[in-house]
Amino acid sequence: MVKKYTFPMGGIHPDKHKITASCPIIKAELPPFVTIPVKQHIGAPAKILVTKGDKVKAGTLLADADGIVSADVHSSVSGEVTKIEDTPGAGGYTEKMITVKVEGDDWESSIDRTPDIVKEIKLTAEEIIAKIREGGIVGMGGAGYPTPIKTTLPEGKKAEMLIINGIECEPFLTADDRLMIEKAEQIIMGAKVLNRALGIQNAVIAIDENKPDAIERITNLSKLYVGVNVKVCKTKYPQGGERQLINAITGRELPSGKLPIDIGCVVQNVGTVFAVYETVLKNKPLFERVVTVSGPGCAHPGNYLARIGTPISSLIKQSGGQPDDIEKIVLGGPMMGNTVTNTETPVTKLTSGILLLNGAEFAKHEPTACIRCGKCALVCPAGLRPFAIRQAVSFNDPADTLRRLHVGDCIECGCCAYTCPAHIPLLDYCKIAKQEIRKK
Amino acid sequence: MNDLIIVNMLLLGGTALVAALILYFVSKKFAVRRDEMAIRIAECLPQANCGACGKAGCADFAAACAGADENEFANLYCPVGGAAVMQKIASLKGFAATDKPSTVAVLRCQGNCRNAPAKIIYDAVSSCRIAHRISSGQSGCPDGCLHLGDCVKVCKFGALSFDEKSGMPVVDTSKCVSCGACVKICPRGLFEIRPQSPAGGMVYVACRNKQKGAVARKNCSAACIGCAKCAKLSDLIRIEDNLSYIPPAVDAGELGSALQQACPTGAIIYKERIRG
Amino acid sequence: MLKISANPHTQTSRDTRAIMLDVIIALMPAALAAMLFFGIDALRVMLTSVAGCVMFEYLACRYWLKIKTTTGDLSAVITGLLLSYNLPSTMPCWMILIGAFMAIIVAKICFGGLGKNIFNPALVGRVFLFISFPVQMTIWPKPYFLQWTSPDGQTGATPLNILKNIEISSEHSMYLPDDLPGYWNMFVGNIGGCIGEVSSLALLLGFVWLLWRRVITWHIPVYYLAAVFALTSVLYLATGEIKFLPLAHLLSGGLMLGAIFMATDYTTSPMTIKGQIIFAVGCGLLTVIIRAFSAYPEGVSFAVLIMNALVPLIDKFAVQRYYGEKK
Repeated sequence: MVKKYTFPMGGIHPDKHKITASCPIIKAELPPFVTIPVKQHIGAPAKILVTKGDKVKAGTLLADADGIVSADVHSSVSGEVTKIEDTPGAGGYTEKMITVKVEGDDWESSIDRTPDIVKEIKLTAEEIIAKIREGGIVGMGGAGYPTPIKTTLPEGKKAEMLIINGIECEPFLTADDRLMIEKAEQIIMGAKVLNRALGIQNAVIAIDENKPDAIERITNLSKLYVGVNVKVCKTKYPQGGERQLINAITGRELPSGKLPIDIGCVVQNVGTVFAVYETVLKNKPLFERVVTVSGPGCAHPGNYLARIGTPISSLIKQSGGQPDDIEKIVLGGPMMGNTVTNTETPVTKLTSGILLLNGAEFAKHEPTACIRCGKCALVCPAGLRPFAIRQAVSFNDPADTLRRLHVGDCIECGCCAYTCPAHIPLLDYCKIAKQEIRKK
Repeated sequence: MNDLIIVNMLLLGGTALVAALILYFVSKKFAVRRDEMAIRIAECLPQANCGACGKAGCADFAAACAGADENEFANLYCPVGGAAVMQKIASLKGFAATDKPSTVAVLRCQGNCRNAPAKIIYDAVSSCRIAHRISSGQSGCPDGCLHLGDCVKVCKFGALSFDEKSGMPVVDTSKCVSCGACVKICPRGLFEIRPQSPAGGMVYVACRNKQKGAVARKNCSAACIGCAKCAKLSDLIRIEDNLSYIPPAVDAGELGSALQQACPTGAIIYKERIRG
Repeated sequence: MLKISANPHTQTSRDTRAIMLDVIIALMPAALAAMLFFGIDALRVMLTSVAGCVMFEYLACRYWLKIKTTTGDLSAVITGLLLSYNLPSTMPCWMILIGAFMAIIVAKICFGGLGKNIFNPALVGRVFLFISFPVQMTIWPKPYFLQWTSPDGQTGATPLNILKNIEISSEHSMYLPDDLPGYWNMFVGNIGGCIGEVSSLALLLGFVWLLWRRVITWHIPVYYLAAVFALTSVLYLATGEIKFLPLAHLLSGGLMLGAIFMATDYTTSPMTIKGQIIFAVGCGLLTVIIRAFSAYPEGVSFAVLIMNALVPLIDKFAVQRYYGEKK
């Protein structure tokens, strides 16, 4: 019996809906044009280097990182830059995007397109981090924090453990699952690259128990490599949250306001690790990623390897089109993803899934009176009391009260709102509360 | 028998005396010092405790008034009580009352269901503040009204109501006391506390959209497109980021109707009188 | 047109109504036991009480508050069932309706309806009846297993009454005195008492259902029962008096009903586990004190109501540990 890890505080078990778990990753068709946002990460938008009319290849640098907390943006297709202007994004707010008209499929010549797996790392730690920066890699689990910053150890800090997050606890999503099954060896090599960059020999790939194929593949292969191990976790949402995963694997809690590196941990998503492998060992910058297209309204759900900037309508079309009764289209998982206002919005480095939702299961219900059951406090993985936060938000000057309730520690996982029997939108109140304390 | 009565009287009397002494000392020690003047000023105040004056509440405002010298006093103003209340307080203090023009909250958006038809449906029950975070809104205008009524809920004076027909909040100028609660709550800053222009009346641009004219018009037919036709009529009017702003100093009585007619999209609103 | 909404985009299907339905199912074994031991009279008491509670809630919403009626959430059904479980089977119907009125209108609607009441409505109804009609509330028919009506109309005393009035015994004995029914009878419910409280077995079955459906956590019932057992054990060992017999206290009276269904009422119990433990231990303490030292043989209702009043205070101070906070 293998020991299964999990975090002790809170958590829920929503319906898994992993309908695409056995669908192999398919290369998505190239769309007629791609729109690539210059800000797909936390931090400053990248500085645009191209102008209208420029010819680019897949892998050509379009925009350069502006400062430390920023990331490079590369072209994902070959063709001509036709527009550089403010375009409505997923939420309808406009952001700077570069539109490239697709002509053929030329890649930059430096990219190693052979299928061989590179098993030798000749680079030093500094060279690896420089390559990661040039590859424009950001945390692909959803946060979008530039990866080079996470791999650069701050002064006086030492890494002890690299945790590779293969949890994917959100319902529906299977992109990481498929990646681990199909690119297991590349992911392990990516882990070794990061090990080298951090100067350690201790990478742990955490996979939850509802991915038996991925566990088997990675476990068998990891035996051949030094410094890469697998730990199996229980299935529980939000186990993929950074703080929860550290808690599950190491048994230590991260005090409020501290970063994982403060207790010697670095957490990277499986997708990010694969991108690190491709960038560092195959010279291929991050310009495509695996996207799960799924949901009850999707005729042919599947996992697609899509170029960054592909309009989501193109992927929806390839998986059977958009039926008329679709009520919501969500980017990401149903727990933490965002609804889109238009289907021309592009796939970004952070898009792990496109969900076509309809029906009562995914509709908002009318809230009724709070029955004081306390379930919201029971399931909160941060140990907060959402019911108290909801009351405090309506106070005249709530900032101090809210700070005492530790609202800042809310990870916005949505467990409280999911579990509330009265269907009270508790997470909304927590978000408003976070705005209130930020105001002061 | 008599002894019993005397003992009882002494015992109870003694207890009462001790208790009274304790109460006396406690009340002396923990007495809350209140200024006589502040109490009298507080009696004049509306006691809405809305915080519109910038103080924590009416008691706080009264204390500030009581401690203020003439210069400081000129900066204190209770928008809810208005000139009448300030006059009373000023006479208590023996100062001259500061004269402020009467103000009212205005909504700088006309994105109702006709001007800015909905392209998406907001499926949730909570508030504008959440809707603002997750999308640009039903019409697509990133600076327009979200039609969810946080301002109506926050108004303590019943001056804001929701017009079901247009889907917009409406300010009842006879009830509005310019407390500024709606200004603070609106995530898009659509409310402005505007003073009446010198000759009475009010003229303002009812739009906050900073997108280019064509983009703005796509979402809302009553959007300001930054055409600067209004700016030709008065030097005070500024155009910034494709958006015009008419400062309160522009004389509404003189220019109001001309400005309204000059605007090609109808983004400028002119009211001859704001109250009564 | 597409819809937009804030995350999460899915919510549990276990809404208030589903949870209330689970509580009703958990109460069903006790209803069955009541009918087995008290026949048609038990059914009459239960139906009157439930009908009364639902009716009062409906009327109050419809004609007094003029809001959408909230009877659909089934909470009034639970209040009605719990009230009836606290009454003897001989209770006249009109008195039950008065109890239902007190429970729904005074204890629930007047405080603002579901989720806002301070005191457990069913217990308020019961205590009001207990104080207003002490004679009718303390007639305990002898149980008559599997017969529709009482064959002889005999009445008797509850085990707690017997314990209360027992002569001080000098002997240290773990055995039951002859006038008490055996432990087995107390466990299955073949004893005098209120219709729903007699059968510990049926109530424990309900408890298992509630735990399995995750309606409640185990903390309140277990801590409550443990506190009563521990305290009576201490008193029994210290004084050697038969009236503190721990197992008899655990199995008789309204303790099981109170610990499993009354003290765990969401609205009137604390919201964090820590608070629930404090609440449950307090209930246990008060129950033993009232049973042992007051004029009443039974103390569960009063104990739970007193602790209900302390819930806001407990909620204020019993805060759970935040993630990352020092242990």
